[in-house]
Amino acid sequence: MYETTYHRASSVDEAATMFTKGSESKYLAGGHTLIPVMKQRLASPSDIIDLGRIKELIGIEASGDAVTVKAATTHCDVATSKTVQTAIPALAYLASLIGDPAVRHRGTIGGSLANNDPAADYPAAVLAMGATIKTNKRSIAADDFFEGLFATALEEGEIITAVSFPVPAKAGYAKFPHPASRFALVGVFVAKTKSGEVRVAVTGASQSGVLRVTAVESALQADWSAAALDDVAISDDGLFNDLHGSSDYRAHLIKVMAQRALAG
Amino acid sequence: MPTVDLTINGKAVSVDVEDRTLLVHVLRENLNLTGTHVGCDTSQCGACVVHVDGRAVKSCTMLAGQAAGCDVTTIEGIANGDELHPMQAAFRDNHGLQCGYCTPGMIMSSIDIVNRYGGKLDETTVRHELEGNICRCTGYHNIVKSVLDAAGRMKVSQAAE
Repeated sequence: MYETTYHRASSVDEAATMFTKGSESKYLAGGHTLIPVMKQRLASPSDIIDLGRIKELIGIEASGDAVTVKAATTHCDVATSKTVQTAIPALAYLASLIGDPAVRHRGTIGGSLANNDPAADYPAAVLAMGATIKTNKRSIAADDFFEGLFATALEEGEIITAVSFPVPAKAGYAKFPHPASRFALVGVFVAKTKSGEVRVAVTGASQSGVLRVTAVESALQADWSAAALDDVAISDDGLFNDLHGSSDYRAHLIKVMAQRALAG
Repeated sequence: MPTVDLTINGKAVSVDVEDRTLLVHVLRENLNLTGTHVGCDTSQCGACVVHVDGRAVKSCTMLAGQAAGCDVTTIEGIANGDELHPMQAAFRDNHGLQCGYCTPGMIMSSIDIVNRYGGKLDETTVRHELEGNICRCTGYHNIVKSVLDAAGRMKVSQAAE
Protein backbone atom coordinates (compact mmCIF):
# COMPACT_ATOMS: atom_id res chain seq x y z
CA MET A 1 0.00 0.00 0.00
CA TYR A 2 1.27 3.45 -0.90
CA GLU A 3 1.52 6.06 1.80
CA THR A 4 -1.64 7.90 2.68
CA THR A 5 -3.01 10.15 5.40
CA TYR A 6 -5.90 8.89 7.48
CA HIS A 7 -8.57 11.23 8.86
CA ARG A 8 -11.53 10.23 11.00
CA ALA A 9 -14.51 12.49 10.47
CA SER A 10 -17.04 13.04 13.23
CA SER A 11 -19.74 14.60 11.05
CA VAL A 12 -20.77 14.62 7.40
CA ASP A 13 -19.92 18.31 7.08
CA GLU A 14 -16.49 17.77 8.58
CA ALA A 15 -15.88 14.86 6.19
CA ALA A 16 -16.83 16.98 3.17
CA THR A 17 -14.44 19.72 4.31
CA MET A 18 -11.62 17.24 4.90
CA PHE A 19 -12.19 15.82 1.43
CA THR A 20 -11.56 19.15 -0.29
CA LYS A 21 -8.23 19.61 1.49
CA GLY A 22 -6.53 16.49 0.08
CA SER A 23 -5.01 16.43 -3.39
CA GLU A 24 -6.67 13.09 -4.14
CA SER A 25 -9.03 12.22 -1.32
CA LYS A 26 -11.16 9.10 -0.97
CA TYR A 27 -13.93 8.35 1.47
CA LEU A 28 -13.61 5.16 3.50
CA ALA A 29 -16.72 3.44 4.85
CA GLY A 30 -16.31 -0.23 5.75
CA GLY A 31 -13.17 -0.38 3.65
CA HIS A 32 -13.85 -3.83 2.25
CA THR A 33 -13.26 -2.71 -1.30
CA LEU A 34 -11.03 0.31 -0.88
CA ILE A 35 -8.46 -1.29 1.42
CA PRO A 36 -7.95 -4.41 -0.75
CA VAL A 37 -7.64 -2.17 -3.81
CA MET A 38 -5.10 0.03 -2.02
CA LYS A 39 -3.16 -3.07 -0.97
CA GLN A 40 -2.94 -4.06 -4.64
CA ARG A 41 -1.69 -0.53 -5.38
CA LEU A 42 -4.57 -0.02 -7.79
CA ALA A 43 -5.64 3.00 -5.76
CA SER A 44 -3.37 5.47 -4.04
CA PRO A 45 -5.44 8.19 -2.39
CA SER A 46 -3.44 10.99 -0.78
CA ASP A 47 -6.00 11.21 2.02
CA ILE A 48 -8.57 8.79 3.38
CA ILE A 49 -11.61 10.26 5.10
CA ASP A 50 -13.17 7.66 7.40
CA LEU A 51 -16.97 7.93 7.47
CA GLY A 52 -17.42 4.76 9.51
CA ARG A 53 -17.78 6.42 12.91
CA ILE A 54 -20.13 9.25 12.00
CA LYS A 55 -23.13 8.68 14.28
CA GLU A 56 -25.59 10.50 11.99
CA LEU A 57 -24.74 7.93 9.27
CA ILE A 58 -25.60 4.82 11.29
CA GLY A 59 -29.03 3.35 11.91
CA ILE A 60 -32.28 2.14 10.40
CA GLU A 61 -35.62 3.92 10.57
CA ALA A 62 -39.09 2.96 9.42
CA SER A 63 -41.63 5.67 8.75
CA GLY A 64 -44.93 5.24 6.97
CA ASP A 65 -44.31 3.38 3.78
CA ALA A 66 -40.52 3.55 3.74
CA VAL A 67 -37.50 2.01 5.43
CA THR A 68 -34.48 4.28 5.56
CA VAL A 69 -31.06 2.72 6.02
CA LYS A 70 -28.36 5.24 6.87
CA ALA A 71 -25.25 4.94 4.75
CA ALA A 72 -22.67 3.63 7.23
CA THR A 73 -24.97 0.87 8.51
CA THR A 74 -23.26 -2.50 8.14
CA HIS A 75 -24.61 -5.43 6.15
CA CYS A 76 -24.86 -7.40 9.41
CA ASP A 77 -27.03 -4.72 10.99
CA VAL A 78 -29.35 -4.66 7.97
CA ALA A 79 -29.55 -8.47 7.88
CA THR A 80 -30.42 -8.73 11.58
CA SER A 81 -32.61 -5.62 11.89
CA LYS A 82 -36.11 -6.50 13.11
CA THR A 83 -37.39 -3.40 11.30
CA VAL A 84 -35.99 -4.54 7.96
CA GLN A 85 -36.94 -8.18 8.53
CA THR A 86 -40.53 -7.14 9.17
CA ALA A 87 -40.99 -4.46 6.48
CA ILE A 88 -38.78 -5.78 3.65
CA PRO A 89 -37.61 -9.32 4.45
CA ALA A 90 -36.05 -9.67 0.99
CA LEU A 91 -33.68 -6.79 1.80
CA ALA A 92 -32.60 -8.38 5.10
CA TYR A 93 -32.08 -11.66 3.25
CA LEU A 94 -30.00 -9.95 0.55
CA ALA A 95 -27.77 -8.35 3.18
CA SER A 96 -27.28 -11.76 4.84
CA LEU A 97 -25.80 -13.11 1.57
CA ILE A 98 -23.11 -10.47 1.11
CA GLY A 99 -19.55 -11.78 1.50
CA ASP A 100 -19.06 -13.67 4.75
CA PRO A 101 -19.81 -12.82 8.39
CA ALA A 102 -16.60 -10.84 8.98
CA VAL A 103 -17.17 -8.86 5.79
CA ARG A 104 -20.77 -8.16 6.84
CA HIS A 105 -19.49 -6.80 10.16
CA ARG A 106 -17.57 -4.05 8.35
CA GLY A 107 -19.08 -3.48 4.90
CA THR A 108 -21.73 -0.77 4.56
CA ILE A 109 -24.66 -0.07 2.25
CA GLY A 110 -23.38 3.38 1.34
CA GLY A 111 -19.95 2.05 0.49
CA SER A 112 -21.42 -0.69 -1.68
CA LEU A 113 -23.59 1.76 -3.62
CA ALA A 114 -20.90 4.41 -4.05
CA ASN A 115 -18.55 1.75 -5.39
CA ASN A 116 -21.24 0.23 -7.68
CA ASP A 117 -19.38 -3.00 -8.31
CA PRO A 118 -21.23 -4.74 -11.18
CA ALA A 119 -21.51 -7.89 -9.04
CA ALA A 120 -22.55 -6.26 -5.75
CA ASP A 121 -25.91 -7.19 -4.22
CA TYR A 122 -27.36 -3.90 -2.97
CA PRO A 123 -27.65 -2.19 -6.38
CA ALA A 124 -30.21 -4.85 -7.41
CA ALA A 125 -32.41 -4.09 -4.39
CA VAL A 126 -32.09 -0.33 -4.79
CA LEU A 127 -32.97 -0.38 -8.48
CA ALA A 128 -35.77 -2.96 -8.23
CA MET A 129 -37.50 -1.21 -5.34
CA GLY A 130 -37.01 2.24 -6.85
CA ALA A 131 -35.22 3.46 -3.72
CA THR A 132 -33.98 7.00 -3.27
CA ILE A 133 -30.33 7.68 -2.53
CA LYS A 134 -29.87 10.62 -0.23
CA THR A 135 -26.61 12.52 -0.21
CA ASN A 136 -25.26 15.55 1.61
CA LYS A 137 -26.37 17.62 -1.39
CA ARG A 138 -29.57 16.09 -2.84
CA SER A 139 -31.79 13.07 -3.37
CA ILE A 140 -31.15 10.82 -6.36
CA ALA A 141 -33.68 8.35 -7.76
CA ALA A 142 -32.33 4.82 -8.24
CA ASP A 143 -33.11 5.07 -11.96
CA ASP A 144 -30.70 8.02 -12.23
CA PHE A 145 -28.00 6.78 -9.85
CA PHE A 146 -26.27 3.82 -11.51
CA GLU A 147 -24.16 4.77 -14.54
CA GLY A 148 -22.34 1.57 -15.49
CA LEU A 149 -19.32 -0.26 -14.11
CA PHE A 150 -18.14 1.39 -10.88
CA ALA A 151 -19.79 4.63 -12.05
CA THR A 152 -22.59 6.55 -10.32
CA ALA A 153 -24.26 9.94 -10.44
CA LEU A 154 -22.27 11.01 -7.35
CA GLU A 155 -20.19 14.12 -7.86
CA GLU A 156 -16.66 14.59 -6.58
CA GLY A 157 -16.77 14.78 -2.80
CA GLU A 158 -20.49 13.99 -2.53
CA ILE A 159 -21.41 11.68 0.36
CA ILE A 160 -24.29 9.19 0.44
CA THR A 161 -26.05 9.72 3.76
CA ALA A 162 -28.97 7.26 3.53
CA VAL A 163 -31.04 5.06 1.27
CA SER A 164 -34.80 5.19 1.48
CA PHE A 165 -36.65 2.07 0.31
CA PRO A 166 -40.39 2.31 -0.36
CA VAL A 167 -41.90 -0.79 1.25
CA PRO A 168 -42.96 -3.03 -1.65
CA ALA A 169 -46.12 -5.10 -1.81
CA LYS A 170 -44.01 -8.12 -2.74
CA ALA A 171 -40.28 -8.67 -3.12
CA GLY A 172 -37.73 -11.44 -3.38
CA TYR A 173 -34.04 -11.93 -4.08
CA ALA A 174 -32.05 -14.89 -5.33
CA LYS A 175 -28.36 -15.03 -6.04
CA PHE A 176 -26.08 -17.52 -7.70
CA PRO A 177 -22.86 -16.66 -5.87
CA HIS A 178 -19.38 -17.18 -7.18
CA PRO A 179 -18.25 -19.96 -4.83
CA ALA A 180 -15.00 -18.25 -3.78
CA SER A 181 -15.76 -14.53 -3.73
CA ARG A 182 -19.50 -14.76 -2.86
CA PHE A 183 -20.09 -11.97 -5.36
CA ALA A 184 -23.11 -12.52 -7.58
CA LEU A 185 -22.51 -14.41 -10.80
CA VAL A 186 -26.14 -13.46 -11.25
CA GLY A 187 -28.45 -11.95 -8.64
CA VAL A 188 -32.06 -11.06 -9.34
CA PHE A 189 -34.29 -8.85 -7.21
CA VAL A 190 -38.00 -8.91 -8.04
CA ALA A 191 -40.36 -6.32 -6.59
CA LYS A 192 -43.97 -5.25 -6.95
CA THR A 193 -44.63 -1.77 -5.62
CA LYS A 194 -47.74 -0.94 -3.62
CA SER A 195 -49.09 0.84 -6.70
CA GLY A 196 -48.73 -2.44 -8.64
CA GLU A 197 -45.67 -1.70 -10.78
CA VAL A 198 -43.31 -4.66 -11.25
CA ARG A 199 -39.59 -3.89 -11.31
CA VAL A 200 -36.87 -6.51 -11.73
CA ALA A 201 -33.17 -5.73 -11.42
CA VAL A 202 -30.21 -7.97 -12.17
CA THR A 203 -26.70 -7.69 -10.78
CA GLY A 204 -23.55 -9.60 -11.68
CA ALA A 205 -24.55 -10.34 -15.25
CA SER A 206 -24.19 -7.22 -17.31
CA GLN A 207 -21.22 -5.34 -18.66
CA SER A 208 -23.11 -2.14 -17.96
CA GLY A 209 -23.66 -2.95 -14.28
CA VAL A 210 -27.00 -3.42 -12.57
CA LEU A 211 -29.92 -3.26 -14.97
CA ARG A 212 -33.65 -3.83 -15.26
CA VAL A 213 -34.95 -6.71 -17.36
CA THR A 214 -38.05 -5.57 -19.20
CA ALA A 215 -38.90 -9.03 -20.59
CA VAL A 216 -39.18 -10.39 -17.05
CA GLU A 217 -40.99 -7.30 -15.80
CA SER A 218 -43.74 -7.45 -18.41
CA ALA A 219 -44.29 -11.19 -17.88
CA LEU A 220 -44.60 -10.67 -14.12
CA GLN A 221 -46.77 -7.59 -14.56
CA ALA A 222 -49.33 -9.88 -16.21
CA ASP A 223 -48.84 -12.79 -13.80
CA TRP A 224 -46.71 -12.66 -10.62
CA SER A 225 -45.56 -16.27 -10.63
CA ALA A 226 -42.50 -18.34 -11.45
CA ALA A 227 -44.47 -20.17 -14.14
CA ALA A 228 -45.07 -16.87 -15.96
CA LEU A 229 -41.37 -16.85 -16.83
CA ASP A 230 -41.20 -20.36 -18.32
CA ASP A 231 -41.39 -19.14 -21.91
CA VAL A 232 -39.65 -15.79 -21.49
CA ALA A 233 -36.53 -15.42 -23.63
CA ILE A 234 -33.65 -13.51 -22.04
CA SER A 235 -31.18 -11.91 -24.43
CA ASP A 236 -27.49 -12.43 -23.72
CA ASP A 237 -26.64 -9.12 -25.39
CA GLY A 238 -24.17 -7.14 -23.30
CA LEU A 239 -23.81 -9.82 -20.62
CA PHE A 240 -20.41 -10.78 -19.23
CA ASN A 241 -18.72 -13.59 -21.08
CA ASP A 242 -15.70 -14.59 -19.00
CA LEU A 243 -13.99 -17.49 -17.25
CA HIS A 244 -16.72 -17.52 -14.59
CA GLY A 245 -19.53 -18.07 -17.08
CA SER A 246 -20.52 -17.51 -20.70
CA SER A 247 -23.08 -14.87 -21.60
CA ASP A 248 -25.75 -17.41 -22.57
CA TYR A 249 -25.19 -19.22 -19.25
CA ARG A 250 -25.71 -15.93 -17.42
CA ALA A 251 -28.84 -15.20 -19.49
CA HIS A 252 -30.21 -18.60 -18.45
CA LEU A 253 -29.33 -17.87 -14.82
CA ILE A 254 -31.28 -14.60 -14.93
CA LYS A 255 -34.46 -16.56 -15.61
CA VAL A 256 -33.69 -19.28 -13.06
CA MET A 257 -32.76 -16.79 -10.34
CA ALA A 258 -35.87 -14.69 -11.08
CA GLN A 259 -37.99 -17.79 -10.62
CA ARG A 260 -36.24 -18.64 -7.36
CA ALA A 261 -36.67 -15.06 -6.16
CA LEU A 262 -40.39 -15.37 -6.76
CA ALA A 263 -40.54 -18.68 -4.94
CA GLY A 264 -38.55 -17.38 -1.96
CA MET B 1 4.26 9.01 12.97
CA PRO B 2 0.70 9.22 14.28
CA THR B 3 -0.12 7.48 17.52
CA VAL B 4 -2.99 5.01 17.67
CA ASP B 5 -4.50 4.22 21.06
CA LEU B 6 -6.55 1.08 21.45
CA THR B 7 -7.30 -1.71 23.89
CA ILE B 8 -5.86 -5.12 23.07
CA ASN B 9 -6.88 -8.12 25.15
CA GLY B 10 -7.96 -5.82 27.95
CA LYS B 11 -4.77 -3.76 28.04
CA ALA B 12 -4.54 -0.16 26.86
CA VAL B 13 -1.81 0.14 24.25
CA SER B 14 -0.42 2.99 22.24
CA VAL B 15 1.49 2.43 19.01
CA ASP B 16 3.24 4.80 16.64
CA VAL B 17 2.53 3.64 13.10
CA GLU B 18 2.19 4.99 9.58
CA ASP B 19 -1.38 5.74 8.53
CA ARG B 20 -1.27 2.94 5.96
CA THR B 21 -0.58 0.29 8.61
CA LEU B 22 -3.10 -2.53 8.84
CA LEU B 23 -4.45 -3.70 12.18
CA VAL B 24 -2.95 -7.16 11.65
CA HIS B 25 0.53 -5.66 11.33
CA VAL B 26 0.12 -3.67 14.53
CA LEU B 27 -0.78 -6.91 16.29
CA ARG B 28 2.00 -9.01 14.81
CA GLU B 29 4.86 -6.55 14.38
CA ASN B 30 4.37 -3.86 17.00
CA LEU B 31 2.88 -6.01 19.74
CA ASN B 32 4.40 -9.41 18.89
CA LEU B 33 0.97 -11.01 19.03
CA THR B 34 1.81 -13.44 16.24
CA GLY B 35 -1.09 -15.78 16.89
CA THR B 36 -3.13 -13.77 14.39
CA HIS B 37 -2.00 -14.94 10.95
CA VAL B 38 -1.94 -13.44 7.48
CA GLY B 39 -3.04 -16.13 5.04
CA CYS B 40 -4.29 -14.64 1.81
CA ASP B 41 -4.03 -10.90 2.49
CA THR B 42 -7.06 -10.47 0.21
CA SER B 43 -9.92 -10.59 2.77
CA GLN B 44 -10.92 -14.12 1.88
CA CYS B 45 -9.21 -16.74 4.06
CA GLY B 46 -10.04 -15.55 7.58
CA ALA B 47 -6.71 -16.50 9.22
CA CYS B 48 -6.46 -12.90 10.47
CA VAL B 49 -9.86 -12.75 12.19
CA VAL B 50 -9.93 -10.92 15.53
CA HIS B 51 -12.78 -9.35 17.48
CA VAL B 52 -13.16 -5.58 17.28
CA ASP B 53 -15.73 -4.26 19.75
CA GLY B 54 -17.09 -7.79 20.05
CA ARG B 55 -17.45 -8.53 16.34
CA ALA B 56 -15.34 -10.86 14.20
CA VAL B 57 -13.47 -8.86 11.56
CA LYS B 58 -10.61 -9.49 9.18
CA SER B 59 -7.69 -7.58 10.61
CA CYS B 60 -5.91 -7.56 7.24
CA THR B 61 -8.72 -5.38 5.90
CA MET B 62 -8.81 -2.73 8.59
CA LEU B 63 -6.42 0.14 9.06
CA ALA B 64 -4.91 0.60 12.49
CA GLY B 65 -6.47 4.07 12.52
CA GLN B 66 -9.93 2.61 12.05
CA ALA B 67 -9.40 0.55 15.19
CA ALA B 68 -8.36 3.54 17.30
CA GLY B 69 -10.41 3.62 20.48
CA CYS B 70 -11.67 0.08 19.88
CA ASP B 71 -11.54 -2.96 22.08
CA VAL B 72 -9.64 -5.67 20.21
CA THR B 73 -9.46 -9.32 21.26
CA THR B 74 -6.99 -11.71 19.64
CA ILE B 75 -6.42 -15.44 19.99
CA GLU B 76 -3.93 -14.64 22.78
CA GLY B 77 -6.68 -12.97 24.80
CA ILE B 78 -9.31 -15.66 25.13
CA ALA B 79 -7.84 -18.24 27.51
CA ASN B 80 -8.30 -17.75 31.22
CA GLY B 81 -4.70 -18.11 32.42
CA ASP B 82 -3.72 -21.73 31.81
CA GLU B 83 -7.30 -22.73 31.18
CA LEU B 84 -8.16 -22.85 27.50
CA HIS B 85 -11.25 -21.08 26.21
CA PRO B 86 -13.99 -23.71 25.64
CA MET B 87 -13.61 -23.19 21.88
CA GLN B 88 -9.85 -23.87 22.07
CA ALA B 89 -10.47 -26.94 24.22
CA ALA B 90 -13.09 -28.23 21.80
CA PHE B 91 -10.73 -27.81 18.82
CA ARG B 92 -8.08 -29.79 20.70
CA ASP B 93 -10.46 -32.54 21.83
CA ASN B 94 -12.11 -32.94 18.41
CA HIS B 95 -8.91 -32.81 16.36
CA GLY B 96 -10.22 -29.60 14.78
CA LEU B 97 -6.80 -28.65 13.42
CA GLN B 98 -3.94 -30.20 11.56
CA CYS B 99 -1.28 -27.69 10.50
CA GLY B 100 -2.90 -25.03 12.67
CA TYR B 101 -2.36 -22.08 10.38
CA CYS B 102 -6.04 -21.21 9.99
CA THR B 103 -6.89 -22.16 13.58
CA PRO B 104 -6.62 -18.75 15.32
CA GLY B 105 -9.00 -17.23 12.77
CA MET B 106 -11.27 -20.28 12.90
CA ILE B 107 -11.49 -20.04 16.67
CA MET B 108 -12.16 -16.28 16.71
CA SER B 109 -14.84 -16.64 14.02
CA SER B 110 -16.35 -19.62 15.80
CA ILE B 111 -16.63 -17.81 19.13
CA ASP B 112 -18.38 -14.99 17.27
CA ILE B 113 -20.78 -17.52 15.70
CA VAL B 114 -21.66 -19.04 19.07
CA ASN B 115 -22.08 -15.55 20.56
CA ARG B 116 -24.57 -14.68 17.80
CA TYR B 117 -26.49 -17.94 17.66
CA GLY B 118 -26.26 -19.15 21.24
CA GLY B 119 -27.47 -22.75 21.54
CA LYS B 120 -29.41 -22.60 18.25
CA LEU B 121 -26.56 -23.92 16.14
CA ASP B 122 -26.71 -26.86 13.80
CA GLU B 123 -24.21 -28.28 11.34
CA THR B 124 -25.66 -26.46 8.31
CA THR B 125 -25.51 -23.11 10.09
CA VAL B 126 -21.92 -23.65 11.25
CA ARG B 127 -20.78 -24.59 7.75
CA HIS B 128 -22.54 -21.55 6.27
CA GLU B 129 -21.17 -19.18 8.91
CA LEU B 130 -17.61 -20.45 8.43
CA GLU B 131 -17.59 -19.58 4.75
CA GLY B 132 -15.16 -16.74 5.37
CA ASN B 133 -12.57 -19.06 6.92
CA ILE B 134 -10.56 -21.35 4.70
CA CYS B 135 -8.80 -24.51 5.89
CA ARG B 136 -6.73 -26.59 3.49
CA CYS B 137 -6.07 -29.54 5.83
CA THR B 138 -9.08 -30.80 7.66
CA GLY B 139 -11.89 -30.88 5.14
CA TYR B 140 -13.79 -28.91 7.81
CA HIS B 141 -15.46 -31.98 9.29
CA ASN B 142 -13.71 -31.84 12.65
CA ILE B 143 -13.83 -28.05 12.75
CA VAL B 144 -17.62 -28.18 12.52
CA LYS B 145 -17.67 -30.88 15.23
CA SER B 146 -15.48 -28.66 17.41
CA VAL B 147 -17.73 -25.63 17.04
CA LEU B 148 -20.85 -27.61 17.87
CA ASP B 149 -19.12 -29.18 20.88
CA ALA B 150 -17.91 -25.77 22.07
CA ALA B 151 -21.36 -24.25 21.63
CA GLY B 152 -22.60 -26.70 24.25
CA ARG B 153 -19.66 -26.05 26.57
CA MET B 154 -19.99 -22.26 26.24
CA LYS B 155 -23.67 -22.47 27.08
CA VAL B 156 -22.81 -24.44 30.22
CA SER B 157 -20.04 -22.06 31.25
CA GLN B 158 -22.25 -19.00 30.65
CA ALA B 159 -25.01 -20.59 32.72
CA ALA B 160 -22.53 -21.16 35.55
CA GLU B 161 -21.49 -17.50 35.66
